[in-house]
Amino acid sequence: MWFKAPESCNCIEPQWPADELLVKYQYISDFFIALAYFSIPLELIYFVKKSAVFPYRWVLVQFGAFIVLCGATHLINLWTFTIHTRTVAIVMTAAKVLTAVVSCITALMLVHIIPDLLSVKTRELFLKNKAAELDREMGLIRTQEETGRHVRMLTHEIRSTLDRHTILKTTLIELGRTLALEECALWMPTRTGLELQLAYTLRQQNPVGYTVPIHLPVINQVFSSNRAVKISPNCPVARLRPHTGKYMPGEVVAVRVPLLNLSNFQIYDWPEVSTRSYALMVLMLPSDSARQWHVHELELVEVVADQVAVALSHAAILEESMRARNMLMEQNVALDLARREAETAIHARNDFLAVMNHEMRTPMHAIIALSSLLQETELTAEQRLMVETILKSSNLLATLINDVLDLSRLEDGSLQLETTTFSLHSVFREVLSLIKPVASVKKLSLTLHLASDLPAYAVGDDKRLMQTILNVVGNAVKFSKEGSISISAIVAKPESFKDARIPEFHPVSSDNHFYLRVQVKDSGSGIHPQDIPKLFTKFAQSQAVTTKGPAGSGLGLAICRRFVNLMEGHIWIESEGIGKGCTVTFFVKLGIPDRSNESKLAFAPKVMGNHVTTNFGGLKVLVMDDNGVNRSVTKGLLLHLGCDVTAAGSSEECLRIISPEHRVVFMDVCTGLDGYELAIRIQEKFKKRQDRPLIVALTGNTNKVTKENCMRVGMDGLILKPVSVDKMRGVLSELLEHRVLFEAI
Amino acid sequence: MDVGQMQRQWLDYTRSLFIEGFLDNQFLQLQQLQDENNPEFVVEVVSLFFEDSERILKDLTFALDQQGVDFKKVDAHVHQLKGSSSSVGAQRVKNACIAFRNFCEEQNVEACLRCLQQVKQEYCLVKNKLETLFRLEQQIVAAGGSIPMMELSF
Repeated sequence: MWFKAPESCNCIEPQWPADELLVKYQYISDFFIALAYFSIPLELIYFVKKSAVFPYRWVLVQFGAFIVLCGATHLINLWTFTIHTRTVAIVMTAAKVLTAVVSCITALMLVHIIPDLLSVKTRELFLKNKAAELDREMGLIRTQEETGRHVRMLTHEIRSTLDRHTILKTTLIELGRTLALEECALWMPTRTGLELQLAYTLRQQNPVGYTVPIHLPVINQVFSSNRAVKISPNCPVARLRPHTGKYMPGEVVAVRVPLLNLSNFQIYDWPEVSTRSYALMVLMLPSDSARQWHVHELELVEVVADQVAVALSHAAILEESMRARNMLMEQNVALDLARREAETAIHARNDFLAVMNHEMRTPMHAIIALSSLLQETELTAEQRLMVETILKSSNLLATLINDVLDLSRLEDGSLQLETTTFSLHSVFREVLSLIKPVASVKKLSLTLHLASDLPAYAVGDDKRLMQTILNVVGNAVKFSKEGSISISAIVAKPESFKDARIPEFHPVSSDNHFYLRVQVKDSGSGIHPQDIPKLFTKFAQSQAVTTKGPAGSGLGLAICRRFVNLMEGHIWIESEGIGKGCTVTFFVKLGIPDRSNESKLAFAPKVMGNHVTTNFGGLKVLVMDDNGVNRSVTKGLLLHLGCDVTAAGSSEECLRIISPEHRVVFMDVCTGLDGYELAIRIQEKFKKRQDRPLIVALTGNTNKVTKENCMRVGMDGLILKPVSVDKMRGVLSELLEHRVLFEAI
Repeated sequence: MDVGQMQRQWLDYTRSLFIEGFLDNQFLQLQQLQDENNPEFVVEVVSLFFEDSERILKDLTFALDQQGVDFKKVDAHVHQLKGSSSSVGAQRVKNACIAFRNFCEEQNVEACLRCLQQVKQEYCLVKNKLETLFRLEQQIVAAGGSIPMMELSF
């Protein structure tokens, strides 16, 4: 709009009144523009008030001002179409000026603000994307959580049983349910390991034995990875139902299930992958459903497969342990039966032995007794020879019977040694006296050497010890054709035990025991070193025996060894070879009778009690003393005690008078060596120990030498003079009871 | 004297013999051996002792008289005497014999002779004492009494 300044008046006249239409349009437009201009800020204010988050209020105010002023301008413009006063013109000018200012400012401001506004937009886009992403993830988590729930539930179902079938069936059922499968199948490897056999299916009740070779590529593919693998519905393992062709089979997934191979619990380390065997689990989605296998479903399947593997291995272990337990029970029963049978056998044998022992011995005794009696009668030389042979043979037989019985009892462990206090010297002397006749016939010389520190008495089984020594010496004599046999007995010192030949022998020395070492050397036929181990086995005869003497039953040495072992000792043989003789050595453990034992023998008159016979009822005794007074006193003493006493004044007289009827011989040993010599000769006169009288020395000598000498010559007792009545009474009782009495010196 | 008195006298005498050491416990033992089966046991033994001893003493005297004294033989004799005397309970004789033997070992002739004297002396003493005792016993028995049992507590 322009206006021109009038010359005459203050009014402004429009130029072309003909353009009234145009002006009219302008007029209307201006009006509307002003309206719009006024209403826009109102709207802005209204909506901004409503929104409350709009950050650019100041801008709005500015903008509003700008618009308002523009509107004002246009409004005022309405008045300029007609003649208008100067005021209006001024106002119009003012309004325009203001508008110009404000719009310039606004324009300047907008330069700053519009980029901001634009970036708000991009941020909004970004946030929207983020929100979409989070949504996706939320969806994932939810599905995972659901999967986990399913797995837990499945696992619970699967692991709630230890029965293999139930496990597998449950697996299939639960999987089928959870994943809404059409079919679920399990293929197990056959025994040969070359094929897979259809073991379980979900829908089909009794799967017929489909088999599929194990080395198909698709199967290898599944077995080589521990993930669930999608396979084609047309492959053999997935084609369980006849393909009718009408429907589209659903997707199929297969997964491997590791199996545990267990036999006798022998898993030393988990077998390598190549040797592991797997079962195949095949899962088919419903056909015609267009369903796809989702990742979480596949994961579910994998987890389930693992769980099934674990459950199966547990079931396998349980089966194995049940099997082992059953086996053990069976074995137990069998062992029990065997034991009872063995016991019965042993009882039967023992009964047999007991009966045979008695039954065999009785006639044996009769034969031996009567033959001995027969020997005493008048016989011709021929008859005597015959009787002697009978006697010898029956003695042998008796020995054999005894040996067999002893051996069986030894093996049983039922043989027990008897323990008595006995005189060591007398044992050896007796062995000597038994062997001497045989040795002298063979012209073998026999020497005995007893160590001086050998105890006079020992505690042990004298009968069995003598049997052992006799056996060993007897063998020495038997297998020697000429030469000499020497027997030596010493107390073994601890050093001699460190012998390399007896490595297992570790004796323990103690105060109450000592080890007796006996060695028998002969110069006979010797033994081949290779045969030595066999000697102690029973019934084994040495091949090198060439003697025609009475053949040993082969039991002797075996029994000796058993006896020696019972006496906690050791026996062994050494020989340098054939013809070089041999040496048998053995240790046995014997007890030392303590002083109280000895002093028990040295009675005190107070302790007589009631096991003393006051009257010895005509006990035949012989007194030898060259001193008349002493002789009478002793005789009187014994007479007083009721004995039947014969007195001898010299050794010769004693030997003349002595007879088996005399139970005791009291001899004085004060006078030189006569007494000892006499003792020896008496022992020689009476072969058997049971027959000869007990020899007791009476002496006033109170020294150990006398005592040792008495023991050495084999006397049975020693009493110190003077002897009182009570003492003599006690002596006789003790002697008759124990057959030995050495007074303590 | 009545029996009771005689018995008391006997007892006193016997006791004195023990106290003076002529006799010891062995004599009591001998007395114990005397019973109805053997009524004269003690007398018999003692008589035997006297005979033996006298013989031995004679032999001893002879042996020690020799130029070259055989001490072995002397010792043997003394040993015999010692044995006999201890059997009858002649304590002092026995002790003398023990001393005698020691000197025999030393081979001391002088000492042996001295011992021999001692032994002889003791022997004579004990012989007299015992003979007196036996006479007393005979008197008691003749008077109708019995020999009392000696119970000595030494």
